[in-house]
Amino acid sequence: MTTGKIFTREQRTTIIYGILCIVLLLVVIQLWLLTATMNAFLGGDQAIAFPTLLASAFCLALNLGLLRYVYTIERPQA
Amino acid sequence: MARRDFTKFLILTSFAFTTGQLWILAKSWAAPSKQQLPGVQIASVNQLAVGNSLVFAYPGEHDKCVLTRLDSDTFVAYSQACTHLSCAVIPEPEKGRLYCPCHEGAFDIASGNPIAGPPRRPLPRIKLDFQDGAIFAVGVAQPTA
Repeated sequence: MTTGKIFTREQRTTIIYGILCIVLLLVVIQLWLLTATMNAFLGGDQAIAFPTLLASAFCLALNLGLLRYVYTIERPQA
Repeated sequence: MARRDFTKFLILTSFAFTTGQLWILAKSWAAPSKQQLPGVQIASVNQLAVGNSLVFAYPGEHDKCVLTRLDSDTFVAYSQACTHLSCAVIPEPEKGRLYCPCHEGAFDIASGNPIAGPPRRPLPRIKLDFQDGAIFAVGVAQPTA
């Protein structure tokens, strides 16, 4: 992945902190999903397990994409 | 901690949560089917007086259930795991309910439907059969609500 342009140090800092906020939000959503799924599973409701796994996997994929972008943006520019 | 390391830590946490979800799905798929279960003798009719209860395991040795005699002709049996967070429910036939002490939940003893507290789904009912004065558990009726 390429950023398409070279950012200044201040711009990169802003972008990185923005990404960190999004990643943190996605992790909190995943925690909520896991808690709700465990709650339903212990109560005998197993139908919710697959949809929540898909949602959690989607969040993980987003997080991995954002991590890749962080690596790209923090790479020393030539 | 560097920003990149912190992001990696968060993504590792994200991976752990997804793995947890996968584990729950695997556990729910690995659970034995309750459609075709063998009949198991759990008590005799004379063993249980009116208003008394008996705890037994069905279908697995860890699946605790409770059998209660409501009157001379009526027996009911339910899974003992509360449908909220799986605490063991306590039969209280004199109050017409099965009581969950963890979160003040209660189920109607005649139907298994939730009547108080956080549970929203009925208790799974154990199907009973009577042969020659013996009581058999022959299946589990999954709640539909």
